[in-house]
Amino acid sequence: MKVLVGVKRVIDYAVKIRVKPDQTGVETANVKMSMNPFCEIAVEEAVRMKEKKIAKEIVAVSVGPKQNEDVLRTALAMGADRAVHVVYDGETQPLGVAKTLKALIEKENPEVVMLGKQSIDDDFNQTGQMLAGIMNWPQATFANSVEKDGDSLVVGRDIDGGEEKLKVPLPAVVTADLRLNEPRYVKLPNIVKAKKKPLEPLTPADLGVELMGKLKTVKVEEPPTRQAGIKVADAAELVNKLKNEAKVL
Amino acid sequence: FNHSMALRSVFNYSARAFSTSSALRMPSLVVAEVLEGGKVGGGLGNTLTAANQIDADVDVLVTGPDAAAAATDIASGKYGKVRSVLNATTEETAHNVAEKVAPVVLGAQKEGNYTHIITASTNFGKNIIPRVAALLDVAAITDVMKVLSANSFVRPIYAGNALATVESDDSVKVLSIRSANFSVEPAEGLGAPVKDVSADCSGVPATEWLSNEIAVSERPELASASIVVAGGRGLKEPENFKMVEELADQLGGAVGATRAIVDAGWVPNDMQIGQTGKVVAPDLYIGLGISGAIQHLAGMKDSKVIVAINKDEEAPIFTVADYGIVGDVFKVMPELMAELKK
Repeated sequence: MKVLVGVKRVIDYAVKIRVKPDQTGVETANVKMSMNPFCEIAVEEAVRMKEKKIAKEIVAVSVGPKQNEDVLRTALAMGADRAVHVVYDGETQPLGVAKTLKALIEKENPEVVMLGKQSIDDDFNQTGQMLAGIMNWPQATFANSVEKDGDSLVVGRDIDGGEEKLKVPLPAVVTADLRLNEPRYVKLPNIVKAKKKPLEPLTPADLGVELMGKLKTVKVEEPPTRQAGIKVADAAELVNKLKNEAKVL
Repeated sequence: FNHSMALRSVFNYSARAFSTSSALRMPSLVVAEVLEGGKVGGGLGNTLTAANQIDADVDVLVTGPDAAAAATDIASGKYGKVRSVLNATTEETAHNVAEKVAPVVLGAQKEGNYTHIITASTNFGKNIIPRVAALLDVAAITDVMKVLSANSFVRPIYAGNALATVESDDSVKVLSIRSANFSVEPAEGLGAPVKDVSADCSGVPATEWLSNEIAVSERPELASASIVVAGGRGLKEPENFKMVEELADQLGGAVGATRAIVDAGWVPNDMQIGQTGKVVAPDLYIGLGISGAIQHLAGMKDSKVIVAINKDEEAPIFTVADYGIVGDVFKVMPELMAELKK
């Protein structure tokens, strides 16, 4: 089985972001960037599938500027076999990325596409579902467990109120939730080895896709800041304030 | 500058007056979640409020084996104002499998030519709505927290640390609504008509639903509770989470948690509050032993009153807390319970 795994390069999760003064977006210059945490989980799951001899080959893909090579090298160091980089400098939106992945599926013929459930920059939570829709493939989103069962995958999903299990026939799209696994740390020898693994650059034109997003961002603002609160001495004062000042009890 | 601002506000006012008085209202479709037994899933009321802010006539679509009961419930106006309820009762869409629900939504879209297709930003909505959008070849706008106009919306990005205003020129706007930012406006006694519609889900992948495990709780639903008590790593041991539950029960509130203790297996995943979990905006949020990572704050910082009890004076949660106690949660909690019982 061949697995295609999508990875995105985003501002590191621990960075406190800054909105640009001209409200056109968020400052990304000189900010620490990393692989989106949910994509890391997707790569880890693909590598585990290979270790369990369910998957034969893992192809990591990323859509974005030149610097996305970093996250593809990280995916290779984690255990992906090769990488495909669709080089694009503009803003990426879920529908455009889904169409790009569709073109790559037609080229690569994978049985499974593993993605993260959302990226922590635009917080859209859409790409996997959109890809499954345009491929007319089954989708197993917010996956917390994935097992192979013949020509299907049995996927545990996090849902409101609990969890559920679906059996999806292959080929299928799976999006990873946080509980799916704990991604491994990449070791230095693997980073060195990853440098020798193949990384193929492509352009959207090579794939015949249009990446220009249709959704227009008019402005990006800071959220309203909360007024500074007070520290109270003890439980008695807290209850008194909640009853008489905030009037929430 | 002032002059042009004034002009602009007059213009906006007249544009709005024109659109509301016009007979040409837009039709919009709200897709409701139907649970087993015909119970309506969370966030419908808030979603109807958002849908009614767009100058539109709102139809609600229900599907699944128990859709009829949900249709009657929604037609009463209990959740908000609706023009009609579309009942697509079918066994095919049992358990809301996305591959089967999407074509039912597209069928309704074909009949009704809706300008907007809307759901709540619940797991149900997030699973279904991008698939529907892609099949219509339009963008989806998830987690809408403000409706500015029929084609302009505000949504949070970067864990709510920035707000993006987005505009869509697509013929159909496909949206999911963040419940915490919209109130529920019941229209009791409305008596909207229920129309039976067809549900054709042929030609889709043979996804099979196997089983589920749903946690049964007497407590209010986390996303819509007016009081939320949440616990974090500062509670040290899983058994100490009982303190969170006791306080929640004392106050009639819901129980939430940080990602750290969900990952550690103390509590189920659906209790997680944050960027990738549930977003809550109760009247009162109380955080016990929670430091306040960016990802957790994303899910609770719109709460009306925030209380934090933490022994670390420098914990980021104190930057958003209205009332904070710097102290040992194990010492403060018994005192707090005693004070509340007075």
